[in-house]
Amino acid sequence: MDTTLLIATAIKIGVFLGLTLTFVSIAVIFERRFSAVIQDRVGPNRANLPISILGFKKDLALPIGGLTQPMADGLKFILKEDFTPSYVRKAFFWLAPCMTMVPALITMAVIPFGSPMQVGEHLIPLAVADLNVGPLFIFAIASLSVYGITLAGWSSNSKYPFFGGVRACAQMISYEIALGLSIIPVLMMFGSLNLGHIVEEQAKNGWLLLPFWGEGLSVERWVTLPPLIITFFIFTTSIFAETNRMPFDLPECETELVGGYHTEYSSMKFALFFLGEYAAMIIGSALIVTLFFGGWSIGFGIDGLLPTGAWWVSLIHLGCFLTKVTIFILFFILVRWTIPRFRYDQLMDLGWIVFFEAALINVFLMALLLAYPSLGWTVIPAAIVLVAATIVLIKIAKSATQPSAYTTSSV
Amino acid sequence: MATIKVKRPDLTAGEKIYFGSIFKGMVITLRHAFKSLFGKSVGADELASSGMGITMQYPEEKWDAHMPEYYRGTPALVTDEQQRERCVSCQLCEFICPPKAIKIVPGEIPADDEWAKVEKRPKEFEIDMIRCIYCGMCEEVCPEQAIYLRPDYITVGTSRSEMVHDKERLYEIGGTRVGLVNKWNELK
Repeated sequence: MDTTLLIATAIKIGVFLGLTLTFVSIAVIFERRFSAVIQDRVGPNRANLPISILGFKKDLALPIGGLTQPMADGLKFILKEDFTPSYVRKAFFWLAPCMTMVPALITMAVIPFGSPMQVGEHLIPLAVADLNVGPLFIFAIASLSVYGITLAGWSSNSKYPFFGGVRACAQMISYEIALGLSIIPVLMMFGSLNLGHIVEEQAKNGWLLLPFWGEGLSVERWVTLPPLIITFFIFTTSIFAETNRMPFDLPECETELVGGYHTEYSSMKFALFFLGEYAAMIIGSALIVTLFFGGWSIGFGIDGLLPTGAWWVSLIHLGCFLTKVTIFILFFILVRWTIPRFRYDQLMDLGWIVFFEAALINVFLMALLLAYPSLGWTVIPAAIVLVAATIVLIKIAKSATQPSAYTTSSV
Repeated sequence: MATIKVKRPDLTAGEKIYFGSIFKGMVITLRHAFKSLFGKSVGADELASSGMGITMQYPEEKWDAHMPEYYRGTPALVTDEQQRERCVSCQLCEFICPPKAIKIVPGEIPADDEWAKVEKRPKEFEIDMIRCIYCGMCEEVCPEQAIYLRPDYITVGTSRSEMVHDKERLYEIGGTRVGLVNKWNELK
């Protein structure tokens, strides 16, 4: 292998890992400030640089509105006592936080952070691993994080963490199915599983949900928009469920389970769960942006005008990508402080009865719409079958979601 | 008694889809966010907000100007416009004080004093601010209008002894109060 590529990969790993971890801390401060203004409060706005411990007279107060708060939080987590209760199963108890944090960080490897950069004679893609199975890789690795949470719940050897672990296990496995099924229309659209190619395609021909330039203005693209919007809804909601965010944070809901699966954890081990959750949220946002909102592309045909491979173009694209991810993180936070938590059976109903079926029908709908230009009116029988199947499924789903106990007649 | 069967109201199609309600909720939370960013939250003026949300940035800005009339802060002794200590050490406040924060040592007024007819004034008067619960019973029970709950609310000290207000400190906080009933002026 060429040494240039090797060095470039090493640099990419360092930079993107640092970027993700920085974003985690920024997401935490965003969460706290944004939730504060939603509730008419101020939030943490006065963390200083504690240079007084170095012998200076006063702390250095920077006018950045408490952006140093994550540093203080991190320092607190490191300095706190790392208490391990005597009754836990030690090996798994220690393993669980790592198994939550590590998958979230590994999935970062396939996300294209910017447009390819020309270094010497190589055109280096700004993703650590430019795999041809990007989304599959992310699902495969991200589903490992359920082990971390389940192990944490089980090894804590205490009832509330155990409930949390069991809930997390059921919830994450349920939504994995909807997650995987829902993006099939996207993959059919692009005919590729390489996230880099998907983004380049969107830069040229319009973002998936906003096809306003290039080939995106064709009738074929606009006709396929409805199934893609359904996909977007299912995918985004499933990402919420996968990352255990509100309104799907049943594994750690404070009102029922104290702290859920991390009740027995303290200090840096708890921080790892915390960081893992936020890292998963960031990767989720990045994936949504990459698949539906054009990843690093500026959009509106501007990308085509810029030279390919220039370093400053790559940096502009990197900034564009991070801006989009930030917007989605803010969206995640907004949803958290808007929608109340689901009841557990509602959560399961939504995953298994609504989303699973909707994603399945959506796949066939997309297939029909894509096949129509080449097959012509021969798709009509298939369409009739699909409509019939949809009606039957809705009937079944209705009878399943409304148990007789809830209706007034049986009282 | 006749039983009235109340029918649970059916959800409309829009409510069943649920997305509309979610969107409405997000609009509400976002409106709160923007309003509090620009200091326009409901109640921001009444609560003297510092410009974000309804929160006052405490150490920089203080409640002093916005303190209501009825605020019950630190209890203190007052003198009147004739510079007379109003307390006659009847010890009613000491006995009524629920947490037993007040300690009075009565003392006699010497015969050559201008106010010898009042007969008694406190030799020592201590209020333990660690015990005080700011209930205002001392003010209520006082027959001489001598003890008042002041709007001061910052009572700090680095030791327990510092938190005990002695007579000197109590008069310093209380200061002079005018317009009280001066019944001792009429008495011979």
